Amino acid sequence: MNEFVEKRVRLTWHDPKPSYDVVIIGGGGHGLSTAYHLARRHGITNVAVLERGYIGSGNSGRNTTVIRANYGIPESVRFYQHSLELYQQLEEETGRWIMHAEKGLLWLIHSEAGVRGEKRRALVNTAAGAETEFLTPGEVKTLIPEIDLDGGGNEYPVMGASYHLRAATARHDRVVWALAEGAMDAGVVVHQRTAVTGIQMSGDRVTGVHTDQGFIGAGMVVSAVGGQVTTICDMVGLRMPIISHPLQAYVTNHYQQSFPHIVGSVELPFYVSQTARGEMLIGAEYERAPSYSYRSTFDLLAGCSAKAMAYLPFLTDMRILRQWAGVCDISPDASPIMGETPVDGFLVSTGWGTWGFKAIPAGGEQMAQLISSGETPDLIAPFSYDRFANDRIMADAGSAGTH
Amino acid sequence: MYAEVPQVPEEITDPDARDVDRVFMKANPDGPAPEAWFHVFGCRRWSYLTRDRATDTWL
Repeated sequence: MNEFVEKRVRLTWHDPKPSYDVVIIGGGGHGLSTAYHLARRHGITNVAVLERGYIGSGNSGRNTTVIRANYGIPESVRFYQHSLELYQQLEEETGRWIMHAEKGLLWLIHSEAGVRGEKRRALVNTAAGAETEFLTPGEVKTLIPEIDLDGGGNEYPVMGASYHLRAATARHDRVVWALAEGAMDAGVVVHQRTAVTGIQMSGDRVTGVHTDQGFIGAGMVVSAVGGQVTTICDMVGLRMPIISHPLQAYVTNHYQQSFPHIVGSVELPFYVSQTARGEMLIGAEYERAPSYSYRSTFDLLAGCSAKAMAYLPFLTDMRILRQWAGVCDISPDASPIMGETPVDGFLVSTGWGTWGFKAIPAGGEQMAQLISSGETPDLIAPFSYDRFANDRIMADAGSAGTH
Repeated sequence: MYAEVPQVPEEITDPDARDVDRVFMKANPDGPAPEAWFHVFGCRRWSYLTRDRATDTWL
């Protein structure tokens, strides 16, 4: 690599060491955030992140980049609000531009039950530290002049919306790189094109990982993969309550007006926001049948567009540029699974479903805190693996934004 | 509409642990999966089929 490229490509590749104190499987947002916070907050730098593709090639590079905390249970509101606040200062902390833009998020509803639900959401959010209000249809129209409140005359007129003021977007691959560079500048090693093929156990304890580049010893292994968590956990004989479903999204050419807010309808569903390039980024529900297929389908394009165009008619004139999919690890309660597992020395950060991007800063910070101290922090204790056996599930599927 | 047919591993012997596994834990294979499908808009009967989840194709 010549000097010009090397100055711009901060990552340097070298052979893995025989062992590291912490091996993190998965070079996406959560894996890199964990490594970043281990190094920066706790001085733990004998860390390797193993990524089978290139960093951010998984769900971290495929999401619709929404940062929000408008959840339905206080435990989730507190966690995501903390992550939202970490995002607000991430550019200053890392010295990297992540195109963070505060936009506000409107969740439209179309039924009496929806009105009650979003009013409740506003109350729960406000009580737990996130700023959310309930808006009347007239107030929605004031914020979004382009909206057709009648939905083109369909059966689902807009009856109101919850408005989450501090919701934001950020450029997803910039977030991945900011955390990767921050971690590596502090001494963490990131090995790309390194796939984990097995996990070594000695008795009940994890002692290292087998990769296609050879064996790497580990004091502790953290799984932070998206879309392959069952495969990784099978390697240590750990059962997971995860079903993996594809989720598609697509983006249009640039809309020449500024569309400052994120708009979605949880009931229909669809959600729309404008990227930093002015394109309209659109998504909706994950595939009904679980699979690991990254195929994009016309079904999704047609179905989602019909809903979005009914409420935002200007989309009719847009051209679709690109469509893609990610594979989402859906948990039974639509809440993440973080922390220790019954397998000694094996930690997980998973169950991020369709809600993982917003949690990248806090997820990594809290996992690093756990690894450093050996104690599960209060903020993530509700999301432990053992909550299913202990009848403490964190049910909040209505807040996932997709279904 | 589909359902994953629950298959609790034999290694789990404790009855409570078997209940937790049956209710919550999933095989979620990146490969062939036995599934129960219900034909909602047709014959309204159940079929037991195998689908390759890696490629989302029938086997």
